[in-house]
Amino acid sequence: MSAAKVTSGYRTGVWHRVYVMEKKTVDSDVLIIGGGTAGCYAAICLGERSNLRICVVDKADIRRSGCLAAGVNALNAYITEGHTAMDYVRYASEDACSIAREDLLLDIAGRLNHVTRDLERRGLTILKDENGKYISRGWRNLKINGENLKPILASEVRKQKNVEVIEHVNITDLRTDGRARGAYGFGILDGMFYEFRAKAVLVASGGASGLYRPNNPENLAHQMWYSPFNTGAGYCMGILAGAEMTTFEMRFIALRCKDTIAPTGTIAQGVGVEQINAAGEVYESRYDRTTSGRLWGTVAENLEGRGPCYLKTSGIGKKAEEDLYRAYLNMAPMQTLKWVETKGPSSENVEIEGTEPYIVGGHTASGYWIGHDRQTTVPGLFAAGDVAGGCPQKYVTGALAEGEIAAEGMLEYIEKDWEGESDGNFLTEQSEEKKREYGRKLRQEKTGQDRAGYRLEQLETAMQKTMDEYAGGIRTSYRYSSTGLDLARQKISDLTELLEHAGAGDLYDLLSFYELRDRLIVARVLIAHLRAREETRWRGFQEYLDHPGKKKEFECYINSVLEDGKIRIIRRRLEHVPC
Amino acid sequence: MGVVINQNKCVKCLRCVRICPGNVIRRGPDGMPCIRHPSDCWNCTSCMKECPGEAIYMILPPEMGGRGARMTLQQSGHLTEWKILRADGSRILLVTDTDAANQY
Repeated sequence: MSAAKVTSGYRTGVWHRVYVMEKKTVDSDVLIIGGGTAGCYAAICLGERSNLRICVVDKADIRRSGCLAAGVNALNAYITEGHTAMDYVRYASEDACSIAREDLLLDIAGRLNHVTRDLERRGLTILKDENGKYISRGWRNLKINGENLKPILASEVRKQKNVEVIEHVNITDLRTDGRARGAYGFGILDGMFYEFRAKAVLVASGGASGLYRPNNPENLAHQMWYSPFNTGAGYCMGILAGAEMTTFEMRFIALRCKDTIAPTGTIAQGVGVEQINAAGEVYESRYDRTTSGRLWGTVAENLEGRGPCYLKTSGIGKKAEEDLYRAYLNMAPMQTLKWVETKGPSSENVEIEGTEPYIVGGHTASGYWIGHDRQTTVPGLFAAGDVAGGCPQKYVTGALAEGEIAAEGMLEYIEKDWEGESDGNFLTEQSEEKKREYGRKLRQEKTGQDRAGYRLEQLETAMQKTMDEYAGGIRTSYRYSSTGLDLARQKISDLTELLEHAGAGDLYDLLSFYELRDRLIVARVLIAHLRAREETRWRGFQEYLDHPGKKKEFECYINSVLEDGKIRIIRRRLEHVPC
Repeated sequence: MGVVINQNKCVKCLRCVRICPGNVIRRGPDGMPCIRHPSDCWNCTSCMKECPGEAIYMILPPEMGGRGARMTLQQSGHLTEWKILRADGSRILLVTDTDAANQY
């Protein structure tokens, strides 16, 4: 904490030592929060197509930050010969039981193939036949080697002369006077207070994991599929700035390999094996073929005593097994280690289970409510990738497409719609207050504890327990009731109050503090959304026990905004794109 | 708990501190990197790929059927050698190549 000095101050009735951080102001035209897939690609597009000054800020190192740190095994959104962009729109919309923005889906569907080719040109390996044609897995998946996808993107970002990358800075809040004007954060390694000032801001900081009690216990709590470091910060800063959010109630719950929570698509679609129950029966055909339906099928088999369920890999042969070992090393190495240490997939079926519920807009429709240009309801604030809502099944290539669309949208915004800052004093005071807030949290006396002496980890566990038991976690097979949701709302509110009194002993505690704040706010909005959709639309992802079955009146988007400390629910009409 | 820093092999270059996507590894008072809390680690192996001296290894925890095997890795160019040492002393070498696409 080299850049912070210690002073004494009298606060909340007690003398504390208070840190005063040194301030660093970074000016740019475009601020990109989060150097993951969407953020990096937006930076590359802006770097190559404009002379604007771009700043990418990331809480870690962009070579491995975000959900693709270990790699990714396929491009799941590509349109193969004989199919059209509209086919993709129809597929994603039907999979979401109509609650998807077909206009947004069409935007990305038209770009999926061009961003794929561009990614290959920049260094990604894609499987091809002898004629140089991509080899697909089904009609919309390509086989790749995605272990180095993040290093490739990071190196392309570094090539841009007008892009500055600032790493190990955690952004907590937007700088805003009604329009997005930048953001505030702190250096995790250097202890500086950062004020970023920009004309347009792109949030691309990923979705939210760790809201619910995860699959694995205690020491293995972060052995999960989605990145445990994607804490919903991007949603949180938007919610606090009054941005409208959509469809949080459409949670994403994945079917994954037992224990390692590694992806299953490589085996199921890649090798092409069936899902079987404990009796060896192929059960998938008995259930809905949507993504949520496939999860529900596995949950139901377990509930009815026919579990555990498996991917029927035994007998695939040693060659396929070796190929799987390598494929998993390129995205989820723990799975390969498990196979080598126990039994390989050719001799033992791979057990599967459902994950904790995540909020992740790359798979479902949860996230910011946005326009064609990916601008949110806060002028000057754009969203791309997992934080952006309405556009499910976007995966890696959809995130790239959205990064490109947002880049174009920001160029246009800066040229046509941008207006100067209204009141300099207002923003100066906002900045000073945020700096004081970080300083207040960095009290030496309370090392990562709240006023009652509770540690931050305890508060996090309490949040996950609450969500698990009352808001449809693994414990209740993802189902919930009105009474449960009301209890969850109260308990999350109590925990939020406890957190307000928590302090941080060092910068790592400060990071944990804001990560927990992000999750608690996302959890609060999520509960409000679950409560507002009084039907069961996506059994598995969203099963409201008080309201079984779909209802016509809920063929709409459930949106929300935080106003005067209260969540206001807004229903918006569905609009379909004509064929 | 899955990734462990071998203090005897570590050269204190602190590359692992910089690369970790979760800021989970920090510089300890002795200049040695240490994992903040074992439960914080995602086991993504970014630190293992960045480590110049194979000083970071992965173990399969007993909760997942682990019996003491250790995995280290070494990257050179597009090739990665993944070395697994089982508790009985037997070794397995798996090589991945970023220039070769996965077959599945």
